[in-house]
Amino acid sequence: MKPFTYERPADVASALTLVAKIPGARFLAGGTNLVDLMKLQIEQPTHLVDVSRLPLAEIEDTPEGGLRLGAMTTNSQVAADARVRARYPALAQAILSGASGQLRNKATTAGNLLQRTRCPYFYDTTKPCNKRAPGAGCAAIGGIHTNTAIFGASEACIATHPSDMAVALTALDARVETKSGSGEARVLALESFHRLPGDTPHIETELQPAEMITAVVLPPPPAGRQIYRKARERASYAFAIGSVAVAGDRVALGAVAHKPWRAEAAELALEQGASPAEAMAAELEAARPDGHNDFKLKLMARLGAACLTTTGAGDGQ
Amino acid sequence: MKTSFTVNGQAASLDLDPRTTLLDALRERLDLKGSKKGCDHGQCGACTVLVNGQRINSCLSLAVTHEGDAITTIEGLAQDETLHPVQQAFLAHDAFQCGYCTPGQICSTIGMLKEAADGWASLVTEDLTADVVLTDEEIRERMSGNLCRCSAYPQILAAIRTAGGLA
Ligand SMILES: Cc1cc2nc3c(=O)[nH]c(=O)nc-3n(C[C@H](O)[C@H](O)[C@H](O)COP(=O)(O)OP(=O)(O)OC[C@H]3O[C@@H](n4cnc5c(N)ncnc54)[C@H](O)[C@@H]3O)c2cc1C
Ligand code: SF4
Ligand code: FES
Ligand code: FES
Repeated sequence: MKPFTYERPADVASALTLVAKIPGARFLAGGTNLVDLMKLQIEQPTHLVDVSRLPLAEIEDTPEGGLRLGAMTTNSQVAADARVRARYPALAQAILSGASGQLRNKATTAGNLLQRTRCPYFYDTTKPCNKRAPGAGCAAIGGIHTNTAIFGASEACIATHPSDMAVALTALDARVETKSGSGEARVLALESFHRLPGDTPHIETELQPAEMITAVVLPPPPAGRQIYRKARERASYAFAIGSVAVAGDRVALGAVAHKPWRAEAAELALEQGASPAEAMAAELEAARPDGHNDFKLKLMARLGAACLTTTGAGDGQ
Repeated sequence: MKTSFTVNGQAASLDLDPRTTLLDALRERLDLKGSKKGCDHGQCGACTVLVNGQRINSCLSLAVTHEGDAITTIEGLAQDETLHPVQQAFLAHDAFQCGYCTPGQICSTIGMLKEAADGWASLVTEDLTADVVLTDEEIRERMSGNLCRCSAYPQILAAIRTAGGLA
């Protein structure tokens, strides 16, 4: 790890000021992604501002009938919450399908959304990677890695976003609340929070430098059933090679793009009376596999159809 | 940077380079070599310790973030000559070969049994709103963050069943 200094401010305002003021300063939450990447010198912050003990760890009911998850709630805490389990089961399932018990005890809601890709060439500092070193090239294109994007990839980057939680939150139409500078607040739809790579794959979200996530807000649960299913190369403790979240009429796919992928074409097809298989076929028409990740077409068609059949999405049309 | 916490009930006050992980502080500064470094990247569970009763990977946690925390390692489980029930069960079931993963397995088991007792669900919990029943499938899923290169899994499972009062 490169040397850095560390500080644990007592309130949100001081944390915002510090990160805005100090070049190279970063927020530290559970550290399960940032510290990992610092060890590999892929991340090299000069100063860490520890936000993990800020008073942002509550889960509160909202007046609209939803839930506000404080940014520093842990993944374990959210998945264990009785309200989440009863009303947002897809979110509980998505979180529980990720990482391990130990990691989920440290990982936070904000950190999970901002975790970086698991593309092996991003991790291999001897290989070119536009995300790690903008302009260097992309070793994954034509490489031997198969867990790459089938939607929205660019000539600069074909990586996928690894979060399970974010896929369920996209289907649940969650919003991200942020603060920056002297406390200006913003609310962003999770669906448009992460970006496609384009020619700037190192810019992964709409978050500005020194902008802090303070909460993720769930609207009231949608009518209809929910599910999250994840396919992976071993039965537990592995990242998705494809995943599907369904919440009522909304569908999101994971491990297929640089962001959680809302399956709008599938949703539209369902609305027009398509069967689960037809809806997935409609979605996958826009997929552009690259010869290495073609398996994802069949995988997502089957996984998606199975989930839609289980929840009965579109049955009411 | 000056940091104070307790380890196995004893106060420890260390002047730390912020880069020091909790695992390195325990092993290199406090000479508690029970917690193991398998991967140093959160992938194996050998470094699992309990912080304020919860299991975490000490290799991915900076020691300076643990100001005021109560840390328990494998060295702190036995009371004098009396082993902790989970240690006892691992012995009784021969739940190790080389023993490298064992301190992590044992600390993880203690954390996991508390999570289950607190009613936390896992991915294989059929009904998310019902009480948790620790079936073998549940134990396997909940312990998937602890790898055993010797593959002593069947004995580890049996030990956990015993420790959890399930067999
Ligand atoms: C072995 C292993 C397996 C894993 N498997 C899975 C898996 O299967 N599925 C899955 O989804 N995830 C998986 N993960 C990833 C894990 O979920 C993430 O590491 C974790 O969610 C990150 O949260 P954190 O709080 O530790 O973030 P940190 O590491 O502390 O931070 C991550 C990023 O978020 C920024 N940040 C943190 N808080 C804020 C804030 N409030 N505002 C603005 N920026 C902030 C940090 O600056 C940093 O850039 C795995 C991780 C490991 C190590
Ligand atoms: S796919 Fe993206 S993350 Fe992977 S090597 Fe190419 S630029 Fe880097
Ligand atoms: S050494 Fe910490 S998980 Fe492997
Ligand atoms: S006993 Fe050898 S690694 Fe588990």
